[in-house]
Amino acid sequence: MKVSASANPPAADAGDDDLLREIRAMVSACIQCGTCSGSCPNAHAMDYTPRQLWRMVQMGEQDRIFESKTFALCSACYTCSLRCPRGLPLTDAMAALKQAAARADVPAFRPSARFYGSFLESVRRHGRVRESEFMTLYFLAMKNPLLPMKFAPLGLKLMGKGKLQMALPTGAGRGTLDAIFEKVAELEGRS
Amino acid sequence: MKYLYYPGCSLEASAGEYDRSSRALLTAMGAEITELEDWSCCGASAAEAQSRLLALALPARNLAIAEKMGGAHDLVVPCSACYLNLRKVAEKIGREPELLTALNTVLSADGLHLSGGVRVRHLLDVLANDLGAQALGAKAARPLKGLTIAPYYGCQCLRPYRVFDDPEAPRTMSPLITAAGAAVHPWQMGARCCSASLMTTKPEVGLPLVAGILKAARGADAIATVCPMCQMNLEAFQSKASRFAAEDLAISVLYLPQLLGLAMGLSESELGLGFNLALTPGFREKLAA
Repeated sequence: MKVSASANPPAADAGDDDLLREIRAMVSACIQCGTCSGSCPNAHAMDYTPRQLWRMVQMGEQDRIFESKTFALCSACYTCSLRCPRGLPLTDAMAALKQAAARADVPAFRPSARFYGSFLESVRRHGRVRESEFMTLYFLAMKNPLLPMKFAPLGLKLMGKGKLQMALPTGAGRGTLDAIFEKVAELEGRS
Repeated sequence: MKYLYYPGCSLEASAGEYDRSSRALLTAMGAEITELEDWSCCGASAAEAQSRLLALALPARNLAIAEKMGGAHDLVVPCSACYLNLRKVAEKIGREPELLTALNTVLSADGLHLSGGVRVRHLLDVLANDLGAQALGAKAARPLKGLTIAPYYGCQCLRPYRVFDDPEAPRTMSPLITAAGAAVHPWQMGARCCSASLMTTKPEVGLPLVAGILKAARGADAIATVCPMCQMNLEAFQSKASRFAAEDLAISVLYLPQLLGLAMGLSESELGLGFNLALTPGFREKLAA
């Protein structure tokens, strides 16, 4: 069953193997049928369709992959994973691309990485996410004074209903998740 | 029926009415729920975008606590994203022993241990299959006569794990809605993606999806949801979606337990109805009738 990528090793980007190796294995059996692209609710906004992206992964075209918007636009609806005739874990492969882009600090993915990073920082501190703290951390990380305006309409709507709590979550203070975050970083060789 | 209950971060904040109505409905239907002690965030979609191991370790911590509290009881989860994250770990550790070992190495730093065996259940699964439409119908003191409800399932309670419903053509909500005395809106959008956090971070991507769902719901009196992300996307951006579609797409959006709770005669405050962002005057009139 092993076809494509392993049969045709990519000529260029030899140093990309570390970042893409695992992901290439996930999609190596892709037959380019396009069921994923036809099923993707966000394909309309992508520069490359999911099918095209898998081909680029097979060919090891790291630069084009990480310059593209495609994987950042995956909303994890799992329709492609459900329908893939080869049974490939395509949604997981999209997540793996996000992880690789975050690790490599890819410029095009930086705003998304900071968004997720701010969320997780709030979780690390309190065990549970504090929505207002998370957004404050994100705005600080982005250093863009106009960015909060983008989120203001939703924020005001939630505030009007008393849904934006300024206090810490009820579970806070009982201990943070430092130990877990540190252990994960250690096992992943990031510490 | 006894259950452990995992609210998740959203239900403690912007989706407080989902928490309130879930607890009220489960209790009214005779379920005994105990909140998971010292629960923590499941990682949402953020952990998965940063680290695979962290994305599995965060839910694993909660499963380990559930085991400690007596894993014989199912863990019921109302938020679809939390449900999938927790379920994913429960499914994976059964098949990947080396993953279980890695997760236990992480959890030992927090004094916890995971063996496996906790059953992770979505609230909708429990309502439909444990408590049941029949029991709900028998207790429906205030049937929702004259209302038509569009059942919206979203993605992550249906996919990728085929647990309690057809992942492309779901129908679990229909008997519950009928038992509550309302009619089911016929549509094909119940399992379509609402764009999740893209509606907030990249509105130009999410808006066509949200507008498409709202448009297809026309003719219904309300949309029923089972996920805080779906609820927020469908209720908070209706004026934006209406401008985008150049037509009025205003419609009431309620969490399923709010609707079912109303039929059971629970009060609006018990169900947190005051916190909904989209309840139309027309819906309220029909409700009062």
